Amino acid sequence: MNVQSPKKLLPKDYATDQDVRWCPGCGDYAILRGVQKALADMGADPANTVFVSGIGCAARFPYYVATYGFHTIHGRAPSVATGVKLANPNLTVFVVGGDGDGLSIGGNHTMHAIRRNIDINYLLFNNEIYGLTKGQYSPTSRLGTRSPSTPTGSIDPPVSALQFAMGANARFIARTIDRRQDHMPAIVARAAAHKGCSFVEIIQNCIVYNDGAFDSFAEKDVKDEQQLELVHGKPMLFGKAKNKGIRFNPKTMSLEIVTIGENGISAADIIVHDETNRMLAVMLCQLEPPNFPVPIGVIYCNPAPQPYETAVWAQIATAKEKLKGKPADLNAMLRKGATWTVAG
Amino acid sequence: MEGGTAGARARGDRREIESAVIRFAGDSGDGMQLTGTQFTQATAIARNELATFPDFPAEIRAPVGTTFGVSAYQINFGARTIKTAGDDLDVLVAMNPAALKTNLKDVKRGGLVIVDIGEFTDKNFRKVNYASNPLEDGTLDGYKSLRIDMSRLTLESVAQFGLGQKDGLRCKNMWALGLIYWMYGRDPQVTVDWLKVRFAKNQTLADANIAALKAGHAFGETAEMPAEVGQILVPAAPIRPGLYRALTGTEAVAWGLVTGAHLARLPMVFAGYPITPASALLHVLAGLKEYDVLTFQAEDEIAAACAAIGASYAGALGVTSSSGPGVALKTEAIGLAIATELPLVIVNSQRGGPSTGLPTKTEQSDLYQSVWGRNADAPLVVLAAHSPGDAFEVAIESVRIAAHYMTPVILLTDGYIANASEPWQIPDLSKLAPFPVKFRENPEGFHPFLRDERLVRNWAKPGTPGLQHRIGGIEKDYNSGNISYEPENHQKMTDVRRNRILGIAKDIPLQKVEAGNAKGRLAVVGWGSTYGPISRAVDRCRADGLDVSHIHLRHIWPLPRNLGDLLKGFDQVIVPEMNDGQLVTLLRAQYLVPAQGLNKVTGKPFKISEIESAIRDRLATRQAAE
Repeated sequence: MNVQSPKKLLPKDYATDQDVRWCPGCGDYAILRGVQKALADMGADPANTVFVSGIGCAARFPYYVATYGFHTIHGRAPSVATGVKLANPNLTVFVVGGDGDGLSIGGNHTMHAIRRNIDINYLLFNNEIYGLTKGQYSPTSRLGTRSPSTPTGSIDPPVSALQFAMGANARFIARTIDRRQDHMPAIVARAAAHKGCSFVEIIQNCIVYNDGAFDSFAEKDVKDEQQLELVHGKPMLFGKAKNKGIRFNPKTMSLEIVTIGENGISAADIIVHDETNRMLAVMLCQLEPPNFPVPIGVIYCNPAPQPYETAVWAQIATAKEKLKGKPADLNAMLRKGATWTVAG
Repeated sequence: MEGGTAGARARGDRREIESAVIRFAGDSGDGMQLTGTQFTQATAIARNELATFPDFPAEIRAPVGTTFGVSAYQINFGARTIKTAGDDLDVLVAMNPAALKTNLKDVKRGGLVIVDIGEFTDKNFRKVNYASNPLEDGTLDGYKSLRIDMSRLTLESVAQFGLGQKDGLRCKNMWALGLIYWMYGRDPQVTVDWLKVRFAKNQTLADANIAALKAGHAFGETAEMPAEVGQILVPAAPIRPGLYRALTGTEAVAWGLVTGAHLARLPMVFAGYPITPASALLHVLAGLKEYDVLTFQAEDEIAAACAAIGASYAGALGVTSSSGPGVALKTEAIGLAIATELPLVIVNSQRGGPSTGLPTKTEQSDLYQSVWGRNADAPLVVLAAHSPGDAFEVAIESVRIAAHYMTPVILLTDGYIANASEPWQIPDLSKLAPFPVKFRENPEGFHPFLRDERLVRNWAKPGTPGLQHRIGGIEKDYNSGNISYEPENHQKMTDVRRNRILGIAKDIPLQKVEAGNAKGRLAVVGWGSTYGPISRAVDRCRADGLDVSHIHLRHIWPLPRNLGDLLKGFDQVIVPEMNDGQLVTLLRAQYLVPAQGLNKVTGKPFKISEIESAIRDRLATRQAAE
């Protein structure tokens, strides 16, 4: 076999020869591009990378990435990915899926993958609608969403993806936006580098069934005012002039928007983002439009001493110490405990 | 005869009989399962053949003294081949009125009933709706009885250890066991040794239990027993020499899976979710980490199946396990494994249903579910074990077929096989031929659904350079493995999925006849744990000169390739099953044979006599008609 010198792969090297079948203009194209760039930036080895998905528009993703890929069943991608990672912890495992896949039918698996802290990277594409089944409201749809199944408006309150992840004790929580190609690759790469379950919400526009749902903060002309780009160690400033910021109000135990130079506010009043601070992360996950800009970036990153699969394999290694380096003797397994000999 | 006392004669001061059936019954807190297991161990060491039937309630601790809280353990042992736990009881040990009430009907007329009269109080009679004391109102007419205040005698025997009344009474099962040991001439030492290990951290409890055991034994020696109760000898059976152990179906499946994975040279990932009676498999395997077994308790049945599938995708042997309701939840995932052609072993320890049904009672009613119970045309392989020892072999076979044919395999056991224990001659595993799996490594001309002449696709695992590929549940093109919605391609892929599974029939043994001729007047066709009673019933009828044969299926799907012709060689076919008629439907559909069902779903195994009388009826009816 020829030994090849490792060559730097480009984003296009992570594309397959398959025709991409999303609707023209779908936010998934942008996410695909962003993830392929992230893979190239990370220098991901395609042979050691696996994309696992469930069902939905987003779940077609693995067919378009030139790594290993497994398109599974609705909601169960985290479970399949768990099996992949347990069997071979050396693989980099991504789960991709939509809000219906991950938070409705598969909510249970999402929760347990997160709290178990297995080292998989969950990219949840949130478009607040069911696309593949033609436009029904989803668990993240806002109250009053009119859809084929809710012609007079939805009446059940939505779940917040990030707060759900927080509640499941996620140790890596981030958010990015399909249109933010300048932002997304680095966030995806950070998620992949994190040891343990990383949860990334990617805001995604469904051009057919929920077009413009995120325009109020995702559009280019409003993003400076409506997005709060978090960077560890940097103050939480936003606005065209970078003069608005987030301050903690101890009286109300909450975050509030302030403007530097007004009402005696100075730069010192602005919270400096600390992605290891869980209480801060809890509050950031609750910031929502229209009252607040939408936080994007790494909201929380606080790795556990070891991810789940490492602990699983450590227990196996401990059990194997009994064998003192010898191969496992199955005959001994059958002879453990009470036995008796019947003489001839 | 099975469970009989035929051939009783006196030898020395012990009455000699060929076989005996004993049932220990008491409250679920009375330790009847432990008592039964200990007696089984001692009996095996005494070289009797044996079979057991543990029968316990679904409730962990039902209210004390109630009929629904009764736990029982039955053992049939003898000087000759024993194939079932026995039809009728020679001895019933009833630790309270509830145990007497629920079990007396199974005692043969003239059988012995041993009761703890310390529990026969008005309060306890009321709990079970006994209007009067059954020991005095004629309930026991026609039975021999031994009425002993075991509660008081146990407390006296452990008085020196300073246990409270409650802890003291918990030694009562050991007192009863001691008495039965005396009666059947068993050496109590095996239990003494076991108690020392079990209570290694509590010397007082170890000593108290040993004292109670010895007191029960001594009671037998010293008390003046009624003449008909004396000591009994069941001579040793002609057992093949070798090393033995007690084996439950659960252990058999666990060790068989591990052995199979080693023979296939695959690491095993077992993903399960607790469910009665399947949880024990997860427990056993969780203790076998040093044998390359990774166990994972998933958040639900679906996740367990999916994690196993993910593990198989990554190049391990994925195994999941459950009982019928859990397998129902796994069904969509099993369809994914069929569509993506990945190895997967699904162990189903069947129980009574539908829905929650009878969680702790045995039934074999998931055959339809296994063979046909999925959306669309979704064929897979179904195997059934007929006893604990057989389950070991079938588990290995399940792994071999799953790994070498890239298919899910459902391995059916049931609550009876899972819990029952039998003496097992321990095989030498170094003599088993390995069947290593070969992964695809060569990128030249590769696509994931490239097939060999058996229609089996190549298995390429992530981490292999150059073999990156995508698979999924969407229909794939026969020639490239890419997504395809072409009508003709779907027809072709459906044909391939069917023929690949049916082709496995070429790689499994021809169906043999367990007993009797390969042609004749009547075939009794069974599968799973009905093996014992069918086998014994057919033996009895054949001994009487009846033309009847026993055929027992291990391979439920695909069926052995000679089975159709075999069945057509019989005038009549009956199919005893602990369900409402499932294999019988399959056989009729498959071979157009006029097979008839013999069905029972009481949560208890067939009695030999039930099958025997069915055989005699069919043959007599047919004769009359002729």
